[in-house]
Amino acid sequence: MSEVRYTDQHEWIRLDGEEATVGITKYAAESLGDVVFVELPASGKTVAAGGEAAVVESVKAASDIYAPVGGMVTGANSVLEKEPSKVNEDPEGAGWFFKMKLSDKAEFAKLMDATAYGKFVESL
Amino acid sequence: MTIASEILRRTPLHALHLELGGKMVPFAGYEMPVQYPAGILKEHLHTRDSCGLFDVSHMGQAFLAGDTAQLERITPADVAGLKEGMQRYGLLLTEAGTIKDDFMFSRLAGEADLYLVVNADTKEGDFAYIAESLKGAATLTTKPDRALLALQGPLAEEVLERHSPGISQLTFMKVVRATIAGAPAIVSRTGYTGEDGFEISLEGGDVERVARQLLNESEVLPIGLGARDSLRLEAGLCLYGHDIDETRNPAEGNLMWSVGKRRKEAKDFPGAAKTLGGTPAILRVGIRPEGRAPAREGTEITDKQGRVIGKITSGGFGPSLNAPVAMGYVESQFAVDGTAVDLLVRGKAMPAVIAPMPFVPHRYRRPQK
Repeated sequence: MSEVRYTDQHEWIRLDGEEATVGITKYAAESLGDVVFVELPASGKTVAAGGEAAVVESVKAASDIYAPVGGMVTGANSVLEKEPSKVNEDPEGAGWFFKMKLSDKAEFAKLMDATAYGKFVESL
Repeated sequence: MTIASEILRRTPLHALHLELGGKMVPFAGYEMPVQYPAGILKEHLHTRDSCGLFDVSHMGQAFLAGDTAQLERITPADVAGLKEGMQRYGLLLTEAGTIKDDFMFSRLAGEADLYLVVNADTKEGDFAYIAESLKGAATLTTKPDRALLALQGPLAEEVLERHSPGISQLTFMKVVRATIAGAPAIVSRTGYTGEDGFEISLEGGDVERVARQLLNESEVLPIGLGARDSLRLEAGLCLYGHDIDETRNPAEGNLMWSVGKRRKEAKDFPGAAKTLGGTPAILRVGIRPEGRAPAREGTEITDKQGRVIGKITSGGFGPSLNAPVAMGYVESQFAVDGTAVDLLVRGKAMPAVIAPMPFVPHRYRRPQK
C-alpha cells in the first residue's frame, strides 16, 4: 500500500513500506522545459529534509532537487543518465530520480497530500 | 513562479505569441516568448533541419543620414568601404576602445543613409551614443515602429521565395528592399543561428500578417528566445552583455576579423594602440565539457593544477551536438585548441577541452565563384 506526498519545491515522494521513491512533479517538469542532464545522488549518501539531493539541468538552467525527508539514498534511476528526457515524458513515473530509506516517518506524514499540492499549485 | 513587477514592452506580435502558446518571459525590457509548446529542444533542432521563424522586433533599428562614414569614429569596422547592397557586422566602441555593443550596418542600393540594427538591451544607450558622437556630421533617426523577423534554416530560402519571388538571388550578407507577402521590407541574408536564412524588417503594422503567412507554411515553426540562444551558442556567435561587454576590447573578444583592414593600418579607432598592440592577456575561446553536464556562465575555468585561468561567459547544452558547449575567456597561453582544462561545476573539477568554434559548421549561402 503506497502513499504519495508532495513538497512546496515540487518534489513527490512515494512510500512503499520502508523504502521511498523521489521525483519531481509534472508542474516542475513543465516549468523546467526539456531536461538535458541529471546528476543523481550516490547510494549511501545521507540527506536531510530540504537538503540538496540531485541536480537537474534543462537547456536553459540548472535546478536543485531537494530531499523531501531525511534519510539515506539506496539507489538512483540510472536510466536518466542516458535518457534525461524521461523526466519530461513521465516525471511522476518512469522519470523518478532516487530511492531512499527514511530516518523519520513523521517527516513524511507532514508533507502535502495530492489535494493539498493541487491547491498549492493553483495558488502560484 | 515570479510575478513580473516591471512594466514590460511588447512587440507587435505579442498577441500572436500568446495565440501560439508562447511561454512569455521578461527579456531586455520586453515580454518575449522563451519557447512555444514544442519546447526549446524541438525548436532548436527544427531550425537546423527545416525552417524557424523568430520575432526579434525588440532589437533597435535606425537610419543614419549625412556623413555616415563618420560612424568610423566609434567603430573599427570599414564603414566607408561598405559596398551597395551589402550588410556588415561591427563593434561599437567606447572611448577606451572596449565593446559597447555589436551591431549590423547596411548600405541599401541607391540610398545614401545607412540602415542599422543594434541589440535590444542596449539600444537606447547605443542610439544616444551614436547621435552624440556624430553630432554635426550625421543624424540618427530611430525606427521604434518597425518590426524584425528572422527566418532561419535550410528551407528558409524555399519558403521565402514563395512570398517574394526572386529573393533567393540574395547571397550571404546581401541586403535589399523587397516585398514580402505584399509588404514592403528590408531583407538581408543573415542571421544569428549559423544556418542560411534571412532577417526581414517590416513596418509594425505589417508584421503580424507576414508572420502568419510564413507560419502557414508547413516547413515553418515559431521559435523562441531559448532556442535562439542555444543555436547561436553552437554557432560560436557572441551574446553582448555576456561574451563581450565594456570590459573587453576586440582583440580579447577574438573579433579582430570585424576590424577593417584599412582601419588596422591606420590605427584610427578608439583604443587602437592597445587592441593592435600584440596578443592580449586573455582571449575568448570555445570550450567543450567532456561529460554530459553543462557548465554555465560564471563557471570558473582552471588549469589541471587547479589554478583559475578564466571563466565561462556562455554555456549550456547544444541540442544539435547532444552535448554541452560553452564560450569563455582564458589566459592566452591556454587559448590553444585541444588544451585540457577543468571547469569548477558545483564545487567539483570537471574535465573540458578548449575547442574551435563554431561547434556546428555554418551553412551560410555564399555566392558561387
